[in-house]
Amino acid sequence: MTDTPGRAAGLQTSATVLTVRQVQDYHAMTLVAPAVAERFRPGQFVALAVGGADTARLVRRCLPVYEVKPDYGGTVEVVFDHRGSADPGTGWLASRRARDRIDLVGPLGRPFRLPRDPVRCLLVGGGPGAAALFSLADTLRRRECTVHFLLGGPTASAVFGARSAQRIGDSATVVTEDGSLGGAGTVREALPKVIEESGADVVYACGPTPLLRAVSAVATEFGLPSQVSVEEFLRRTAACGTGLCMTCVLPMIGDDGVTRMVRACTDGLVLRGDRVRWGDLGTIPFDALGAPRALGGAL
Amino acid sequence: MTDLTVRIGPLELANPVVTAAGCGGTGRELARFFELTRLGAFTTTSVMLQPRAGRPTPRVAETPSGMLTAMGLPGPGVDSFLERDLPWLAEQGVPAIVSVAGNSLEEYAEVARRLNAARAVAAVEVNLAAPNVEDRGRMFGRLPGPAAEVVRAVRAATRRGVPVLAKLAPDVADLVNVALACVDAGAEGLSLINTMAGLAIDPVTLRPALAGVSGGLSGPAIRPVALRCVYEVHAALPGVPIIGSGGIATGLDALEFVLAGASAVAVGTALFHDPTAAPRILRELEEALSARGIGRLADAVGLAHRPPGHVPPQISPRRGATRPGRASEPKEKLP
Ligand SMILES: Cc1cc2nc3c(=O)[nH]c(=O)nc-3n(C[C@H](O)[C@H](O)[C@H](O)COP(=O)(O)OP(=O)(O)OC[C@H]3O[C@@H](n4cnc5c(N)ncnc54)[C@H](O)[C@@H]3O)c2cc1C
Ligand SMILES: Cc1cc2nc3c(=O)[nH]c(=O)nc-3n(C[C@H](O)[C@H](O)[C@H](O)COP(=O)(O)O)c2cc1C
Ligand code: FES
Repeated sequence: MTDTPGRAAGLQTSATVLTVRQVQDYHAMTLVAPAVAERFRPGQFVALAVGGADTARLVRRCLPVYEVKPDYGGTVEVVFDHRGSADPGTGWLASRRARDRIDLVGPLGRPFRLPRDPVRCLLVGGGPGAAALFSLADTLRRRECTVHFLLGGPTASAVFGARSAQRIGDSATVVTEDGSLGGAGTVREALPKVIEESGADVVYACGPTPLLRAVSAVATEFGLPSQVSVEEFLRRTAACGTGLCMTCVLPMIGDDGVTRMVRACTDGLVLRGDRVRWGDLGTIPFDALGAPRALGGAL
Repeated sequence: MTDLTVRIGPLELANPVVTAAGCGGTGRELARFFELTRLGAFTTTSVMLQPRAGRPTPRVAETPSGMLTAMGLPGPGVDSFLERDLPWLAEQGVPAIVSVAGNSLEEYAEVARRLNAARAVAAVEVNLAAPNVEDRGRMFGRLPGPAAEVVRAVRAATRRGVPVLAKLAPDVADLVNVALACVDAGAEGLSLINTMAGLAIDPVTLRPALAGVSGGLSGPAIRPVALRCVYEVHAALPGVPIIGSGGIATGLDALEFVLAGASAVAVGTALFHDPTAAPRILRELEEALSARGIGRLADAVGLAHRPPGHVPPQISPRRGATRPGRASEPKEKLP
């Protein structure tokens, strides 16, 4: 589709599918995209066009990156939820075969900010979003941080990466709501104990919005900084992933204390958990900059 | 080389492909993908007097070959626009068509007046699909009277030499009459079309899919409507330059608009799907013109309006253009 090379060469590429496999409840797709792999930083995402060159589906699907590897010049592996989703676009992605081509834009978004000194990091994940935590874990390990995992989901098959977490983490706690894997319960219930036991200095999280909200609240109670990736919110609201369409906005408190509607795709994906107004997602808070005036205002 | 220059009143653009209002971000987002100077012009998101947060999410629903959006005209307000966004566009060296909107006649005029402080405004495009607070939120462009009033107010507030364009939506009883009224009121060009009203319902929540309930339909789904609008208005006002938009995604789409009567084309929704769509469309349009033996873009504007019987150059997919023939003895067999 694109024969005009991106100005930042490779920002938009026709990526070749290497493999599509099922991983528990999700699909993992590996794509050959050297320029993306080269520039990728943990927490960034890619935006895929679905349906092929003459498609009637115009909205890009924004997916977290699980892993980049140097193979074939550079590959990018993305994880997405097809079975739990009614979206025919992800169905199309799931039915791709080796050597198919997909128009890919990325890497996009702001990555996780990294601590400069070796600190204890707690990585909290839920659902397919947990995929984004593993490249982060690698980078943190290289900076000599300790890495603790807390992963959760409704059932065992909905928890992504439990085994990898056990392999690479200094500790890994898994909870499921039905008790089919690890402890029975939710991430929120398990979090205080994991924070205490790991002695975490910082919490990173990626997953469904209610999980991020809970993690941010608990981290703040403990006086810890939290960096959360609003990946699920972006998947539900985005049209472009590149900052052009303004459809992915959420309310966030700025350094000056003013709430603004910021774009998840360009101001995020990774945001400070304590700055997002979680209770006001899907609204325009009355005190946000440019909000419709409460009385006598327009619209 | 094909001559691609476009005249809109006193403004000359190097080529006919511009971004559609509200679809190119601040310009910075697109500049990561290509040099903005490859555009004929960059059209800004509609600028209003005050900062606006817009509508809550969800703001978009995917529809067949299109998108339904209810944004609520979000933006930083004219002062921040003049301070941060316009100077940046000027630095890039791309002509800036500044789209303006307001909730009242005075607001439109005030925004236009403040723009005069900046040298970098190539043209002012009046978004007449904004809701008129004084008329129960009905859009200004719905009737010729209010549309003309707004255009007159903006024209009076805008520096001479800066052309004013009126941008119209198709959801009106008589688009040609609205267009005529806008031109009478001083519009030097027209932008056709803005989005059309539509609705989508979420089968999971069983409620309207957008927070704003109904939204604006854009993308290839509205292209035939947009073409009809351009054709009708060009037939009525052949001397008025039109910027055509509505689902343009390829060079041949752009050519259709030119043949229907557009002097330039705006690319909107296609940018969300393919951020490098604009330079690609320009290249494809240039190829399409030269394959048809058309050396000047201006010569192709409105060609579809010629009476039947006049036989144009026929295009062979394999051999390109042949010389014009006579109806009785076609050089090429048509399929
Ligand atoms: C969770 C957390 C813990 C911290 N702990 C400490 C601490 O113990 N001691 C201390 O002195 N400071 C610490 N800091 C401060 C930190 O080092 C930075 O000074 C701070 O985050 C400034 O933010 P930044 O955006 O410049 O992020 P930085 O992580 O410093 O990154 C700078 C920029 O480079 C980009 N970037 C991110 N990752 C990479 C990468 N892998 N390679 C190249 N570029 C990258 C980012 O986009 C970012 O904008 C901590 C910060 C955080 C968020
Ligand atoms: C997300 C979005 C935002 C838009 N914002 C504006 C705007 O601020 N002002 C305006 O005049 N038109 C706006 N439009 C309309 C477009 O400029 C364009 O006229 C319309 O979408 C049809 O073209 P397209 O099918 O190529 O997108 C917007 C359209 C979309 C989809
Ligand atoms: S998805 Fe388009 S601006 Fe964020």
